[in-house]
Order: sequence, then structure tokens, then C-alpha cells
Amino acid sequence: MPPSTDFGLTLSFYALATVTVVSALMVVSLRNIFHAGLFLVLAFIGVAGIYLTLNAAFLAAVQVLVYGGAIAVLMLFAIFLTRNAMTEGNLSGRFQAPAMVAALLIGVLFSYAFLMANWASGKGAAEYLPPEQVADALFNQFVFPFELASIMLLVAMIGAIVLARPPGRETEDA
Amino acid sequence: MIEIGLNHYMVLSAVLFSIGLYGVLSRRNAVGVLMSVELLLNSVNIALIAIGRYVGEAGATGQVFALFVITVAAAEASVALALLIAIYRDRGGVDVESATALQG
Repeated sequence: MPPSTDFGLTLSFYALATVTVVSALMVVSLRNIFHAGLFLVLAFIGVAGIYLTLNAAFLAAVQVLVYGGAIAVLMLFAIFLTRNAMTEGNLSGRFQAPAMVAALLIGVLFSYAFLMANWASGKGAAEYLPPEQVADALFNQFVFPFELASIMLLVAMIGAIVLARPPGRETEDA
Repeated sequence: MIEIGLNHYMVLSAVLFSIGLYGVLSRRNAVGVLMSVELLLNSVNIALIAIGRYVGEAGATGQVFALFVITVAAAEASVALALLIAIYRDRGGVDVESATALQG
């Protein structure tokens, strides 16, 4: 599972990072929101590849399933259901420059902070972490948050149904 | 050839985060804002998994945290889509500049 050579790892990291960053730039800059959605899927797949280079195979699979599958379909549905918006693009003028400045500032500051940070140890777990270990941590150490997450998903599902219900239904039922 | 380490992943995460932040601030279409939020969450996940792998003792804590972030992202996407549909029905569009009912 782990890449055989350092060279292969370096090459795949840079290739995947390039794909991810370029498609992320497309997502925020393309005027056609449908094309932006398709590039979002590509960015998700690129991030899944990044997870693979981090030896997180299970997370890569979950990323493809949940982001590349479910959330991508949800986004495309959102685009189709709000159809007249497909031609509208970015904000013009007023907020464009401040947004650019803020994003650049945050990016530079975060990069600087990350590079200057004194991480506790340099080389931690370099070996492959099997999915069994993730499951072990999830169902033993983090079992309470896991159960809370299922409740949160239920609440979100009911909330989404209530919010998206056609108006006037309440009065009909009453 | 430089070896890939924690710093590479953290800078990638910071770059993705700033791209997503730019999208959140500059998109006028609410669906575009939603997509940019997903980019932000993905960048955080990269940082979590990278730190989980390179810092501290071996363990799955970083990956489990990323799993929880993915769960929250799924819930957020569904609720946000429902809100979008409600706004679209109410105003006939998803322009975030038109949704100013709560403005003081």
C-alpha cells in the first residue's frame, strides 16, 4: 500500500496537489456554476488522492463515496433546482478585491504559522495505518461522539425535510 | 528530490483554505458559496490527517477527527440545500445579495 519510493511519493503528491489546487481555483472563478460544480468533483477526487499519499486508505474511500458521490450529487441538484442562477457568476467589482486580499492574507499567515510551528515530533507514524485501527479508535475511544454524530445526522435530515417542504402545507394539514 | 513532509501538506491545506475563503467571500450565487465551504472543510481534513500521521505517537485520532468533519459536512450540505430551496421559492433566486431580510 505505501508508495514504494520517495520519488513516487513526491511525484504523486505534486501531481495531486496541482490537480486539486487548479480545480479549486476553477470552482471559485468560473462564471458557469455548473462547470464549477464539475470541477468541485475533480477537486474532491484530488483530495482523496492526497489522503492516499498520507496512507489513509479508508479516508480516501470515504472521501470518494461521501464527497465525490453524495455531496457532489447534492450540489448538482442544488444547481438544477435553482435553475435561473446558472448564468450568474461571481460578484462583480465591489467585493472582489477585498475578498482577494483577505484570502491571500489568510493563506500567507496560515502558511507562515504552519511552517514556523514547533511540532512536537518530526517523524511520527510513517508506516501504513490499517483501517482496522481507525475502526478500533472510532468504536472504542470515540464511541460517544460517534453516537452523537448519528443523532446529528438524523436532526439534520428532519430539519432539511421541514425546511424544504412546500409552503402552505402546514395550513393544509391543520 | 525533496522529501514530502508535514510542511508540504500544511501549505497545501493553507492554499486550499484561502481559495475556499475567496470563494465564500466573492461568490454571489449561494450554491457557489456552498461549494467553497466544502473546499474549506476539505482543506481542514488534509491538515487533520497530515498532523495525525506526522505528529505525536502513531494512532488513528487524526483520521477519526476527519471522519467527524466529513459527517458534519454531509449534514451541513443537506440543511444548506434545503435553505437554498426555501430561499429560491421565496425570492425566485439564490443571489446572496438579495437575501437581506435580517439586515438591521
